[in-house]
Amino acid sequence: MKLDDDLRRRLETKKILLMTHLVLGYPSFDTNREVIRQMAANGVDCIELQIPFSEPMADGPVIVKANQDSLARGTRVEDCFAFAARMVTEFPQVNFLFMTYYNIVFRYGETGFLERAAEIGLQGTILPDLPPEEGETYFGASKDLGLAPITFFTPTSTDERMQEVAGRGAGFVYVVARRGVTGAHTEMDAGLTGYLDRCRAATELPLAVGFGIASRDDVAMLEGRADMAVIGTATIRLIDEKGAAAVGGFIAGLLQKG
Amino acid sequence: MKKGYFGQWGGAFIPEVLHATFVQLNDEYKKLRQDPAFWQEYIDLMGNYSCRPTPLTFAENLSDYLGGARIYIKREDLNHTGAHKANNVMGQGLLVRRMGKKRVIAETGAGQHGVATATMAARFGFDCTIYMGEEDVARQRPNVFWMEKLGATVVPVTNGSRTLKDAINEAFRDWVTTMDETHYVFGTACGPHPFPEMVAWFQSIIGLEARKQIIAQHGRMPARVYACVGGGSNAMGIFQGFLDEDVELIGVEAGGKGLDTDQHASRMVGDRAAPGVAQGYKTMFLQDDDGQMRSTHSIAAGLDYVGISPILSDLGEQGRVRFEAATDTEVLEALTMSMEKEGIIPALESSHAFVQAIKEAPKMDRDEAIIINMSGRGDKDIFTIAHAFDDPSWKQFIIDRADSYRR
Ligand SMILES: Cc1ncc(COP(=O)(O)O)c(C=O)c1O
Repeated sequence: MKLDDDLRRRLETKKILLMTHLVLGYPSFDTNREVIRQMAANGVDCIELQIPFSEPMADGPVIVKANQDSLARGTRVEDCFAFAARMVTEFPQVNFLFMTYYNIVFRYGETGFLERAAEIGLQGTILPDLPPEEGETYFGASKDLGLAPITFFTPTSTDERMQEVAGRGAGFVYVVARRGVTGAHTEMDAGLTGYLDRCRAATELPLAVGFGIASRDDVAMLEGRADMAVIGTATIRLIDEKGAAAVGGFIAGLLQKG
Repeated sequence: MKKGYFGQWGGAFIPEVLHATFVQLNDEYKKLRQDPAFWQEYIDLMGNYSCRPTPLTFAENLSDYLGGARIYIKREDLNHTGAHKANNVMGQGLLVRRMGKKRVIAETGAGQHGVATATMAARFGFDCTIYMGEEDVARQRPNVFWMEKLGATVVPVTNGSRTLKDAINEAFRDWVTTMDETHYVFGTACGPHPFPEMVAWFQSIIGLEARKQIIAQHGRMPARVYACVGGGSNAMGIFQGFLDEDVELIGVEAGGKGLDTDQHASRMVGDRAAPGVAQGYKTMFLQDDDGQMRSTHSIAAGLDYVGISPILSDLGEQGRVRFEAATDTEVLEALTMSMEKEGIIPALESSHAFVQAIKEAPKMDRDEAIIINMSGRGDKDIFTIAHAFDDPSWKQFIIDRADSYRR
């Protein structure tokens, strides 16, 4: 089933979906697996598997450090493919996407990378430094292979730009909640609500809202306004502080009625 | 060809949040290019504020000593703040004023671009934040001092290799938050379009002057022009005066401890670079098989960088520019020769260009001329150069001074 159709089907029984994120190889692949197990058991719908890159330009300090530490431990792109393949088989209820920077894809070979991602059963890819203008072949090849090339809306996007960008993508649109990099908190205020209305009007694709979503209150605020809440830095921080075992409870708490 | 591409190189690989910022930047840049009054405004500013045109000095002693081609030196060391960097920065300052923005940010490696940007910000009345790798902060302390005195905030960057590329990433992280009031003054002919083209355009002032000067002094075109290549802005600057002529253009990269080691920063020579996309543009990057950037080394902080101008990647691929590399050791020898024979102190970066010119000049005819682009002055790098020479009396001075501060 296409990713957007799968998400719409899930939305028939859920108020909001969850997408979580982790940096592959940080703190280790074993911990990654345990974290994914707990995420899956608590109903996470999509997981972004970030292949670490030495120049993570769009990320904030927590994810930058995770990228660096993973690379310092020797994580290779090949390890990431092998691990992703295992996760897809082990947790078929979850949609897995690769998140990384374009150089990783480019160096591997765009077609080869996408073919392999499709072959092991990933649903799509998220590349924050590949705008549609530069990604014609990537967008085309992804769609041919049934992969969703995720596009972005940001608070600086005009209505016209949103329509243009959404038209190139598939699966869902990643709605960046605020200016800046990953990690800092986003205020859930009237400005954000108006922005989400603009996003909704620009596309039929599901909206996944991320950047600074960290608590039950944040997720509750998005219910009815977005289709999926994206939890990024918050879980990495949690694992740094309390270990992988804390993830299940945290995820369950995000969806609980307060 | 696609906008912002030079052959297969260049482009604008920017996060979506900067899309609108780049639309504005491209519009404003286009307006500047179409406004003949702007270039005159720029020339006037550089003449009045920055000692332009800088001289083209005939290095008679060095020429006679080497016994070959007549050597001319383009003196960007005499530009305000001591390097070619001010050309780009003042140009972008005029652009920022037109855009109505109030704050500038910049990355810096050697600190030269940071000092130039802080100077421009002081002159134009902008707020200024400079990102600088922690390793560069340590090796270029005097420049940090001047940036701060000029009113800039210097932020040491502790990510990654803690050098220039990491400072660029950090400046982008600032920019994606503050773009409404902030302009990122990119320091070299790299990064996303329109930066490579725009920076090269401001730096073309070097080549335009040098072309007139060599004709006035030598009567015709030089046979060869040499420039060091970090990001490639000084090289593009001087090369643009001679691209259409039958003049051989030579870019000299940082050979560090040797191309056969992993401690260098040569992208166009050696076998450690490959096509890639990072920091907003496509070029030859020093990277591994997975696409992770490698750590680089050069005695000259300004050349210690993983990428190269996409314009130079293209000119290299076409065979229009020949690339060579100079090792740290050769650089110190060339610097010594320049000081002893001409009383001229090139920056460690610029000394790379001297190395190759000194190697080739003796094999050339006496009626041929060559130009070395001396991108900056070395005396401002006294700590680095004295350290590189391992100078005993300088070391004693530092020890005594430190003792006096402790007392
Ligand atoms: C004196 C000098 N020359 C050269 C460079 C290298 O830069 P580019 O290759 O852009 O000219 C620098 C950079 O800091 C510099 O300070």
